[in-house]
Amino acid sequence: MSQSVNATAPHVGRMEAVGDRWRALPKWQRSLGFVAFVAFLYYLPLLGIPGLTWFRTDYIQGGSSWAGTLFTCAIYVLVAIGLNVVIGLAGLLDLGYIGFFAIGAYGVGLFGSVNSPVVKAIQERFDLPATWAVGWAICLFIAITLAMVSGVLLGWPTLRLRGDYLAIVTLGFGEIIRIVAKNVTTVTNGNAGISAIPGPEGPPSATNTVFGLIDLKPWYWLAITFVLIMVFFVRRLEHSRVGRAWLAVREDEDAAAVMGVNPFKFKLWAFAIGAALGGVAGVLFASRQAFIDPTKFDPMTSILFVAMVVVGGSGNMMGVSLGAFLLVYLPERFRGVADYRFLAFGVAMVLVMILRPQGLIPSRRRARELKDRAAEAEEAPAHV
Amino acid sequence: MNFDELIGQFGQHTVNGLSKGAIYALIALGYTLVYGVLRLINFAHSEVFMVGTFAVFGTWTAMGLQNNPPLGTAIIALVVGLIVGAVASGGTALAIERVAYRPLRKKNAPPLVFLITAIGVSLVLVEVFGVLLPKLFGDSGFTMSTLFSRPRQLLGMPTVLEHKNLFTIGDTSVTNVQAIVFVSAMLMMFALDRFINKTRYGRGVRAVAQNPETAALMGVNQERVIMLIFVLGGAMAGAAALLWNMRFGVTQNTIGFVLGLKAFTAAVLGGIGNLRGALVGGLFLGLVEVYGATLFSSQWEDVIAFVVLVVVLMFRPTGLLGESLGRARA
Repeated sequence: MSQSVNATAPHVGRMEAVGDRWRALPKWQRSLGFVAFVAFLYYLPLLGIPGLTWFRTDYIQGGSSWAGTLFTCAIYVLVAIGLNVVIGLAGLLDLGYIGFFAIGAYGVGLFGSVNSPVVKAIQERFDLPATWAVGWAICLFIAITLAMVSGVLLGWPTLRLRGDYLAIVTLGFGEIIRIVAKNVTTVTNGNAGISAIPGPEGPPSATNTVFGLIDLKPWYWLAITFVLIMVFFVRRLEHSRVGRAWLAVREDEDAAAVMGVNPFKFKLWAFAIGAALGGVAGVLFASRQAFIDPTKFDPMTSILFVAMVVVGGSGNMMGVSLGAFLLVYLPERFRGVADYRFLAFGVAMVLVMILRPQGLIPSRRRARELKDRAAEAEEAPAHV
Repeated sequence: MNFDELIGQFGQHTVNGLSKGAIYALIALGYTLVYGVLRLINFAHSEVFMVGTFAVFGTWTAMGLQNNPPLGTAIIALVVGLIVGAVASGGTALAIERVAYRPLRKKNAPPLVFLITAIGVSLVLVEVFGVLLPKLFGDSGFTMSTLFSRPRQLLGMPTVLEHKNLFTIGDTSVTNVQAIVFVSAMLMMFALDRFINKTRYGRGVRAVAQNPETAALMGVNQERVIMLIFVLGGAMAGAAALLWNMRFGVTQNTIGFVLGLKAFTAAVLGGIGNLRGALVGGLFLGLVEVYGATLFSSQWEDVIAFVVLVVVLMFRPTGLLGESLGRARA
């Protein structure tokens, strides 16, 4: 309805104003700003502001877990970007995203670790030495493929369901993956987990010079590189034909179908691409931990993934990245008041959503939509 | 595949499944009522149940209940527990509506935002019962504080009714607790069904579920209806909490999550937004879980439940009975 009224209305949020000013800058200034931002991202782990970036850790004497926290943040940013494709772009509520994350993690664990039953079986079958395992880069490829295939397998029967039903079915999927990992001990080692998961440099050992166990800065740089590549990739996708199709399907599935966009096909694409990104995040997570077991993939974490996307501002990659960063950083930062941090976290989640339902940095389209909805609510108070 | 066990003990498994499903069904009602009227998945409902179990446990502790009390005391404990549980859970549900949902409804926010506030509220409630209350009352010394003396732990409570065989048909034995759980859940649901379908308030609920604008024009106070459904759903969860405490005798601050998940699955199975669907879905899920656990093994229980959900939704996309609070026998 009142599109024109909103356009002239003075109540444009501060965040949106910043975005508009940014877009109004000449291109070279924007590129320069972007390069500076990327450089800052790479410099970040070396930053040492006491209180903000200097976390006490019991791991190393007098050390800081800042780089480790940043690495976790980067992994979750990757997750948020992947889930944003599913929730923010295609509008599908996926509560079981942890399943793809777990498949990625188990992909690298099962094929890359000498301790995994799968690798042992292959060694026996083909008479290979006991130190043989699939290389990390190939594992990454295998994990992405597995995640994508499982995304399609999950999507095929369920994407015809309506939104709310999809939520519970996907939540169930995440649980199924976890329970399978726990119960099929002959393949996954069950609760005992899989150890010695390799990184880019091969299996974890004290002789690794770059991707070691103590200095986590290289891990962060690796993760942030993946993040930047994926951001670029998803951005291109968003503005392609596929991205426009997602938008059409999200806004009105029937209208999209009438216009010749096959909703099922594009939803399935969103699921597969989202799953692949979740798989990549899982691989990095497992490699850095060098050990995984089923307890790491519980449904609560899966729901927190969705929270990252929605709190940050679904549909906007800057937004979801900020959401992911905050949801990792804050509980980590306030480890000192350990007991109350999740309580405060819950309160913060409710407050942010009530005060800024569009998320911290909303996508422009979403913000407009929300304003329309709010205006409609004012006009017709009877509407639920 | 353990077919012999399933066929041989079929009656026994059915009884176990039904008494398990009855609790699912009672919790599922809360999801279904709210969904039927607001088209909203109230994810915080699992915590409403959790609060109920603590309230009932607290009541029993305050009463100084011992294991296997005499029948009179047991009945009083159950009745008082039911009232306190229903009031506590209903109150919690109402508070959640006020704090987390109403401000968003005023802004006409998209459904996803409700989901996130619900998660936030769940987190707050879990932490309040796991950390805040233990910190405040953990060692304060009065009777109730034993509830919070072991934060985040599984708490055992006194057995109100000793599990005894009530009657046996063939190889199938039914314990008194199983019978009480099933019968009282059925009674509760029957009463709710009557309330929604026969009373003036129920008509208001159905009207808002069918068409909020028209209902408002016809003089139905929408806010009051919304409050009513939250209280009703909460009270049912409180009753479920009592039955749970009576049957299993344990609770924990995180107990809600899995049960809520199961109850929500049950609601979807039966057709969310449909009261009778919640009953059918709950019992069906209970049976499927017990049969499945017998056929394969109990560690696959949850997988079987979800696989059955997917299969049912593939063939009946709106659940077994379809979704309609408004149209259900208007």
